[in-house]
This record gives sequence, C-alpha cells and structure tokens, in this order.
Amino acid sequence: MTSFSWPARLSGAFLLVVLVAACFAPWAAPYAYDAQDFMNILSTPTADHWMGTDRLGRDLFSRVVYGARISLFIGFATTFVALVIGTIYGSVSGYAGGKTDQYMMRIVDVVFSLPDLLLIILLTVIMGRGMAGIFLALTLVSWVTVARLVRGEVLRLKEFPFVEASRALGAGHFRIMTQDILPNMIGVLVVTLSFRIPLAILAESTLGFIGLGVSPPLSSWGTLTNDGWTAIKFYPHLILFPSLAIFLTILSFNFLGEGLRDRWDPKGASRI
Amino acid sequence: MWIFTIKRLLQGIPVLFAVIALTFFIMHSVPGGPFDRDKKLPPEIIANIEAKYHLDQPVWRQFVLYVGQVVRGDLGPSYKYIGRDVADIIQDTFPVSAVLGLCALAVSLGIGIPAGIFSAWKYNSGWDRGVIFLATLGISLPNFVLGSVLVLVLSHYLHLLPPALWEGPRHVVMPAFALGAGFAGYVARLTRNSLLEVLSADYIRTARAKGLGEGAVLLKHALKNSISPVVSVMGPLAAGLVTGSFVIEFIFSVPGMGNFFITAVSNRDYPLIMGVTLVYAVLIVLANIIVDLIYMKLDPRVRA
Repeated sequence: MTSFSWPARLSGAFLLVVLVAACFAPWAAPYAYDAQDFMNILSTPTADHWMGTDRLGRDLFSRVVYGARISLFIGFATTFVALVIGTIYGSVSGYAGGKTDQYMMRIVDVVFSLPDLLLIILLTVIMGRGMAGIFLALTLVSWVTVARLVRGEVLRLKEFPFVEASRALGAGHFRIMTQDILPNMIGVLVVTLSFRIPLAILAESTLGFIGLGVSPPLSSWGTLTNDGWTAIKFYPHLILFPSLAIFLTILSFNFLGEGLRDRWDPKGASRI
Repeated sequence: MWIFTIKRLLQGIPVLFAVIALTFFIMHSVPGGPFDRDKKLPPEIIANIEAKYHLDQPVWRQFVLYVGQVVRGDLGPSYKYIGRDVADIIQDTFPVSAVLGLCALAVSLGIGIPAGIFSAWKYNSGWDRGVIFLATLGISLPNFVLGSVLVLVLSHYLHLLPPALWEGPRHVVMPAFALGAGFAGYVARLTRNSLLEVLSADYIRTARAKGLGEGAVLLKHALKNSISPVVSVMGPLAAGLVTGSFVIEFIFSVPGMGNFFITAVSNRDYPLIMGVTLVYAVLIVLANIIVDLIYMKLDPRVRA
C-alpha cells in the first residue's frame, strides 16, 4: 500500500482545519457574523480585521468562517444523502437487471441529460432560496451520477464466483446485496464522495454568486462572493478572500480524492 | 449511418417531451405569479390578464395548449418583456451565446489537447507533473472566480481588455477564456491518460522498432487512436459550457441566453424560462448525437 502523496496529505490537513473552524465557528471567529464595527467600514485587511470589513463594517474573516458552515454543510449533507439514494437505486437496478433495469435507468438518463445547474436553478424556483430548497435541489440532481456508477459496479460484481457461492449456500437477495456486493464497493463509494463534495460546494457557491443562493442574513461563501462582486473595482478584498476559500477547499478535495483513488480504486471505476 | 442518425433523432423526442413536461409542471407548482404586484390590481384587470395568457384554464389544458404551440414553433409571449415573443428573444440572444460557447470550446481543446500530448510525451518527468498540477488547479478554479480575477487584473488594473459588454472581438477574449479554462484541465488530463494507454500497445512498439522518432510515433501513430475518449467527453462538455455561460454572461454582462435565463428566473417569466430550457435541451441532445457520429467515424468498432 502506497503512502499518500504530499498534496493529498496537505489537503487533508487543510480540510480538517476548515472543518473544525466551521464546527466551532462561534469560538473560531473573532467576531459574530453580524457584529458591526462602525469605526472600520470597508477597511482593507488590518491586524484587527484579518480580511478587512464589508460595507456594514462586519468582519470578513468571521463571515468567511461562518460561511464555511453553510457551504460545507451543503457539500457534505447533499452528497451523503445523494450517495445513499443513488446506492440503493443503483444497486436495485443493477441487481434486478433486465426490463426493470432498463426502465429505472431511462429515468436516470433523462435527469442526467440536463445540465445540473439548469435543473438546480429550476428547482430552487419552486423550493425557495432557503437552505432547505438548495439542499433538496442539489440532492435531486446529484443522486443520478451515483446511481449510474453503483449500477455499473453491481453489474460487474454480481457475476463473481463468490456471489454464486453465497447463493449456493442459500443466501437471499438482501443478504447477497448487503453482505457480498456492497462491502466490495466501499472504496469506490468513498472516492466518489470526495469527488462529489467539491462539486456540490461549487454548485452552491455558483448559485450564491449569481444571486440565487441562501438569503441574508445567512451567508455562504457563494453569497459572500456576490456581495464582493458589486464592489470589485474599489474593494477587491471583499471578493478575493471568499473566492480563495472556495478555490482552496475544492482544490483540497480534488487532491484528497486522487490520493484516495490511488489507494482504494486503482482501476478507476469512480472515473466518469 | 443515416438510419442511425434518424433513430437517434427520434429517440430525442421523448427526452424533449419529458423536459417540457418537467419544466412546465415545476413552473406551475410555484405559488405566486409573474403578475403579482405590490399594488393590488382591480380583479377585472387580473381576470383579463389571466384570460389573455390562458392562466384561467386548468393546468392540464394550459399544458396541452403549450405543447401545441411549441410543436408549431411558437414559444409564446414573454410575460415581462411586453410585446416580445420568447422566440424573438431567443433569436436575438442565441447567436451571442453560440459565439461565446464555440470560442470557449476552442480554448479548452486548443489548450487541453496540446498540453495533454506534451504531458504524455514527457511522461513521469517534472514537466508531466507540472502539467497535471496545473490541470488540477484549472479544474478546481470555479469559473466565476477566474472571471472576477481576470476582470480585476486585466481590466481594472492593467486596462488591457474591456470588463463587460459585447461589442467586438476584444470583448470575447476574457469570457471565452474564463469559460474554457476549467475544461482545458479536464481535456488535458483525458488526452494524457488516453495517449499513455495507447502508447503501451504492440503496434507502437513495432513503430519504435522500425526506428521512428518519438515525435512521429506520438503524432502519427498514437494520437489518432487516443482521441476518441476526448471526443466522447464533448457531450458533457457541451452541457458544461451551457451552464457555465449563465455565470460568465452574468459576470461580463454579455447579452446572451444565459443572462436572460437568470433574469427570467428572478422575474418568474415562465414562458421565457421554459423556452430557454427547451433550447438548451435540444442543444444537448444534438451535441450528443454529433458526438456519437464523430465517435463512429473515428472508431469503426463502435458501428457494429
């Protein structure tokens, strides 16, 4: 077993720091996210305000730390739920095979054929700009990728002799699925998780940037970039720091994912 | 070949129908409408407006009416741009988005393929690792971040390029690059991996044994066979360019379909939202068919 490369390790460490800061935001952030400092409105980075302040005098560093909560929560939660739904759907489809499989996959194909962001925007129109709406929209869109992947893996795994052996010993479908097939997919699923999370974070921040993200006073990294965009010419720090947070987080997930893939999915089944 | 094309086109019809149905019912399940005002309108006026746009009919009748219209090529009137048809708006904005999309495609292939070839040629060297690293950076950099940094540096600091609008070739450079750069990273990695796979084949060894130089082996023998995975990713790439265009057109105030789509969503201009969505769906279905056709041309084994 090879050891992780330095980018993968560095990324893991960075993500851990961000994650801890997000979980303990009230302690990690120097100010509350809505505390205003009227003496320092729109200040550039200083010793008091590491990333400067916005037009209401709110500390940008604190807002980025609190924003991490929303961005990371959406990234993790949607991906996890999508993974569960996609795994169940994909394994049923792949295991059943035949006509059932065909019909189940036809639905997936329709959702898959539309661009993600287009569907997410359409869905947030119905569900509103709250966290719940964005969460549901992202989940509804991303389970199909997982379903396709899992179906492919199940189709491959169910032909293996150990599955036949299990069946010969009298195991039922449920037992074969959960005891024989699923454990063999864990590696692929973990790798998929680490590649899907940054995509969810990206989708959420893109929504925020074009002004369709979570509504104030909450702010994710995406909505922070939207605030910053309006003042980019004179106060570029307002957009640069949240952008940097998004970029470094996505980059770290990608490096981490590659490290995990080298270790757990060397054949690259999670590559689609 | 012709039979295949026709069959694929026919298969696209149910997909498009599903898209129409999906967007239609999504749009009509939203509480509140485009004609909600702060000031209450007299009920007679509301009744009049609703009658004009058939909003007083049951939803299923509206759907039947809408599908009938679409089949005749009429996408209905826009709710917000009074007096303009959705089809007109699309006719005006589509060429803009198409130019932007094609330029971005040229950027991603023009940077990605050569970078991938170079990386495979220098396999396992510092150059190779450098290209891979840059590609990962490109993939991880959201297009709106790249776009805003470009505007900041090239327009506001250096005054090299205009920050917005769409008035000539100089206005295309930044949006096309911001939209295409991320995909260039994908294409580079894909080209490299596919080339490396082909390079381990027997006929490559034969070519080398004949005494051919590494350049000739790579460009004349390996490249042709390694290009099909790159072609197959063009379908998803087209979808990516479409969604990327929302953001990029928003940043650079480009008067394209994506920008209108975003505004239409905020305005709840249902016919415009549905019309633009339908155009996107048609584009993606067509892109996938074209990709399959190119794929068949490149790799005769798929034809069977």
